[in-house]
Amino acid sequence: MKGIPSFGKIKQRRETSLVFLILLLLLVVTLRSPGFVSIKNLQRIINDTSILVMVSLGQFFVILAGGIDLSVGSIIGFSGMAASMLNEAQPTLPAFVVLLVGVLIGTAFGALNGALVAFGKVPPIITTLGTMSIFRGITFVLSKGQWVTAHEMTEAYMLLPHGNFLGISNLIWWGVLVSTVLYYVSRFTRSGREVFAIGGNKTAAKFVGVSERKITMMIFTISGMVSGLAGVMWTARYAAAVNETATGFELQTVAACVIGGVSIAGGSGAVSGVILGALFMGIINNALPVINLSPFLQLFIQGAIVLFAMLINTLSEVRRGKKLLQERLA
Amino acid sequence: MPTRASGLLLFQGTRPAARRGLRVPIHKEPALSQPLLEVKHLTKYFPGIKALDGVHLTIRSGEVHALIGENGAGKSTLVKILTGVYFPTQGEVLYEGSPLVLRNAIDAQKAGIAAIHQEASMFPELSVTENIYMGHHLTHPKTGRIDWRKMRTETQKLLDELELDIDSNTLVKNLGVAQRHMVEIAKALSLHAKVVIMDEPTSALSLREVEDLYKIVRRLRADGKAIIFISHKFDEIFEICDYYTVLRDGKYIGEGKVSEASIDSIVRMMVGRSLDQMYPKRNINSGRTILSVKGLSQLGYFSNVSFDLHEGEILGFFGLVGAGRSEVMRTIFGIDRKTAGTISLDGKEIQIRCPSDAMAHGMAFVPEDRQEQGVILEMSIAKNITLPQINPISRFGILNRKKEKSITETYGSKMEIRAAGWQVDADTLSGGNQQKVVLAKWLATNPRILILDEPTKGIDVATKAAVHQFISDMASKGLAVILISSELPEVLGMADRIMVMHEGFLQAEFSREEADSDKVIRAATGNASGGGVA
Amino acid sequence: MMLGTHNNRQETHKSDLVNVTRLINETSLKERMITLFTKWEVILGLLLILVFVYFSNLTPYFLNSFNLLNTTFTFTEKAIMALPMIFIIMSGDIDISVASIIALCSFAMGYASSLGADTWTLVAIGVVVGLAAGLFNGFFVTKVGMPAIAVTLATQSIFRGIPQAVLGDKAYTKYPQSFAYFGQGYLGESLIPFSLVFFLVLAAIMGFVLHKTRYGRKVYAIGNAKEAARFCGVQVNQIRFINFALMGLFSGIAAVLLTSRIGSTRPNIALGYDMEVITLVVLGGVSISGGKGNLFGVIMAIFLLGYLKYGMGLINLSAKAMVITTGTLLIVAVLLPGFLDSIKAWRKLRRQQKTSTVAN
Repeated sequence: MKGIPSFGKIKQRRETSLVFLILLLLLVVTLRSPGFVSIKNLQRIINDTSILVMVSLGQFFVILAGGIDLSVGSIIGFSGMAASMLNEAQPTLPAFVVLLVGVLIGTAFGALNGALVAFGKVPPIITTLGTMSIFRGITFVLSKGQWVTAHEMTEAYMLLPHGNFLGISNLIWWGVLVSTVLYYVSRFTRSGREVFAIGGNKTAAKFVGVSERKITMMIFTISGMVSGLAGVMWTARYAAAVNETATGFELQTVAACVIGGVSIAGGSGAVSGVILGALFMGIINNALPVINLSPFLQLFIQGAIVLFAMLINTLSEVRRGKKLLQERLA
Repeated sequence: MPTRASGLLLFQGTRPAARRGLRVPIHKEPALSQPLLEVKHLTKYFPGIKALDGVHLTIRSGEVHALIGENGAGKSTLVKILTGVYFPTQGEVLYEGSPLVLRNAIDAQKAGIAAIHQEASMFPELSVTENIYMGHHLTHPKTGRIDWRKMRTETQKLLDELELDIDSNTLVKNLGVAQRHMVEIAKALSLHAKVVIMDEPTSALSLREVEDLYKIVRRLRADGKAIIFISHKFDEIFEICDYYTVLRDGKYIGEGKVSEASIDSIVRMMVGRSLDQMYPKRNINSGRTILSVKGLSQLGYFSNVSFDLHEGEILGFFGLVGAGRSEVMRTIFGIDRKTAGTISLDGKEIQIRCPSDAMAHGMAFVPEDRQEQGVILEMSIAKNITLPQINPISRFGILNRKKEKSITETYGSKMEIRAAGWQVDADTLSGGNQQKVVLAKWLATNPRILILDEPTKGIDVATKAAVHQFISDMASKGLAVILISSELPEVLGMADRIMVMHEGFLQAEFSREEADSDKVIRAATGNASGGGVA
Repeated sequence: MMLGTHNNRQETHKSDLVNVTRLINETSLKERMITLFTKWEVILGLLLILVFVYFSNLTPYFLNSFNLLNTTFTFTEKAIMALPMIFIIMSGDIDISVASIIALCSFAMGYASSLGADTWTLVAIGVVVGLAAGLFNGFFVTKVGMPAIAVTLATQSIFRGIPQAVLGDKAYTKYPQSFAYFGQGYLGESLIPFSLVFFLVLAAIMGFVLHKTRYGRKVYAIGNAKEAARFCGVQVNQIRFINFALMGLFSGIAAVLLTSRIGSTRPNIALGYDMEVITLVVLGGVSISGGKGNLFGVIMAIFLLGYLKYGMGLINLSAKAMVITTGTLLIVAVLLPGFLDSIKAWRKLRRQQKTSTVAN
């Protein structure tokens, strides 16, 4: 090592400080409500946060490449509604087939986003702002404004997230599975590394033969795929498919990324940071009622956290730049 | 415009150099081995521009081949075609005699062609290892999983081979310019390329580092690799290259053995005329000091820069890429903020916080990057020319179309901009005419101090001569001109005094009489021997 | 046309000039028609005519001056917000917090009204709160240097989070009688809505600012080449800051009209307006990458989308179908010009090749 901290070290620092922040948050909440930090409650929080973890990891890839996906909430809404209605109409169909349909719908929607960005040259923000409305709109068209409620769903469908294995709920296992796969993709596959390249320096990426189109298709498809999975999980977990499912959820996923140290301009970030960021958001959401704050405050707090986290990222980037300059001519 | 410059235009049309009596061996001796890479009749169009026009290039294994031409001659386009970034409009590339189709960068890599690009083509947020292996990560053969350990060992091997003291895990953003360049070379080696293209590889290196680079190039040649070496520096070409090919205005001009060529013959092929014709002569009559810069510093870019600028003087600034010349001027003009030092105008200290402050003090700045910083491509010529004066020509914030028109006509005609009308967008103009728009724009502000950053970069020979004439005329009229250029002949030919910068410091100052290319280059590469150190 | 002084170089110039112009401007009728009909405002105008013809054939209620005027009530708020959004998008930024600014302003007015404030105080509060929200966005974008999309994504939640936190699922419904005029009133005894006239006045002002003042010129310059503008002495961040402030101010005005029109404030007021306002601007031909477009196109887009929705409403299409339409139009409005541009570039390239083969 040449006196300059390596990639691993900087990342570690971000992640350790997040871990400390989470511990501090837990401590503060525990002071107000001693029962908060129990194995059972923590498991409940992680369970509640699993969906956020999955979708945030999809969002992570998009942001990493320098884009943004605002349509994840609407994809969750549609795939959840479609899967629930399929489950209602064909109760004999095995639950995993319904799950697969939900995932495929999400994948297709994500691929549509990707195609518009990659081939249509429509900027990600415009594409997903548009498809956010379109996907939400066709959810209403599909459901004719109706809901699917608990007694219209099969037991097997609801067990997708609710069952448990080794004493841990299936939903957490799903979260672990998605995290593991996407960690592997981001770390050990060529395409995964090429996402970093596109986000870091598009021209250079082209010079070394990275296909921007391929990567753009891939990241939006991944984001759509995990959103599709999340839609099924969401409706099965809350035993209801409503038309407004996951409205505004995109902000939470962006928040998890930003808190986790992902640069909004693309090119840097890590899966572990995003998971910690999502957990941080999950704890706050769960802690609000415990410390007697109105759940209606949630929206404000989320926004404030995102702004604050970005402010920290920006300022620390500026400070780091200054320090580097000082070293250069010294 | 006086007619002196127009004589130069006789050479505007590009004719085969051979007709003017130059020795241009088109046919090579049959004794030579079969070419490794051949480029034939290569032509590339962009909408509105003909970047390459029937270019030839023949390269054999174990040779270092200099690709020579001015900025805008088509070298970069040719390199981008050979690396699969652009696809040619016409013509063919032959590899060991059989046609090679390069549809993307992967095709080029597979064919064994690797380039070390001039522009920053690195990923600052990623490690050295990954920068070397991006696009061809090493994977486990069965699983396709990226093999980080193997890549790190291989990277370390490459770095050791190049005798570089860099850790393979270091993020590239923490490396210096020279180190980054060496990593680029390591990248080309990692591809096991048979053809290595080096696009101005020495432009940011110190003398010692250049020696290291030569060592590497010689070793590559001994290994039987073919090297395309792009450079503006003749000493380099004569030191390291075996053959050369010259391009001008996108056309093939000629080729030959370096050992049988002279600087003069190559220059004539490059520019279509010999060196001393290029620069207008004028009587130097520099007057009193206008601008006085003392101890100017900007953290991380340059430090303790002091100089005086006189009326009617052309002050040249020479240095390698990254020496801090542009940064000094940006700071004087108020684009960036200084961290120390003073700027005085007519003996009085002035504060410049933003470009409009500088403009109010009579400064004008023609920046280096014409497309990004100089001209606004999607705005009309008229709007471009009047933009710096948008405040004075408005009343209560409302634009005065009449004034706009008269200013445009006066200065547009003065600069002889060739266009279908003043209302056409700047992006329909040639590079040279765009630069004339930029010059007209600043001329219209009636400046006392004119700062020019690489004013002839990427423009055709005729306009180049016109720009030189313009600079010379301005100085004769008493304007103080600062001329930044990376082309040594331009600085030597134009400037009355030359300031040389190296790694953020003023290294040396030469008068026109004492300056020669050897001294200036030495100073620019950090080996000051002559000249008064400022 | 020949520019430049006359000297012995004229010959060279002229021949070059002929070549250049021939490449760029084909003078044939076909070329002219192609140029005309690929002009964005012309396309929008044709679409507007199409909407009128289509719906008036479908239902007799469409072409009714009372209806046509009254339906403007439903889109003047968005139309007013589209005006400063042109400046924001033109300079390469974006603001997706505008609907939340409305919620915040409406909340502030509702709160003041519940304390007994009179009509003009309410208007002042609405406008000032909007301006403050805009300044808040502008501060983080230009002074701190964070990307506009990121800042406004966060403030989207923050601004709406405040009414959400205080109101929960309740609403303010008590407003003074005279407050209703802004969003519901007509001009004198006529059938012309006050809000429509107000919008047209604002549009005239903003059109003048965009096309006839140095401020507008600077916005264009920034959108096209931020760096080049800076080198010409344009204070880029200052202009962008004013843009965001204007955006907040106009959102405040829109909040007054909207609150007055619906007579109540809920936390979900104006939900989804961000997307619609951006759609209007982009559909109007303003380039999302900055620097291109004009006010006239946006006005066309406003009426096109407004009457399209009105017609869809008349034939009983659901509100959700309109949301889908808006979303699709947003994407198509970016997709299509890009597509047309690449065709134009391709044609030009082909012609270039043709002329050069002839020349050889």
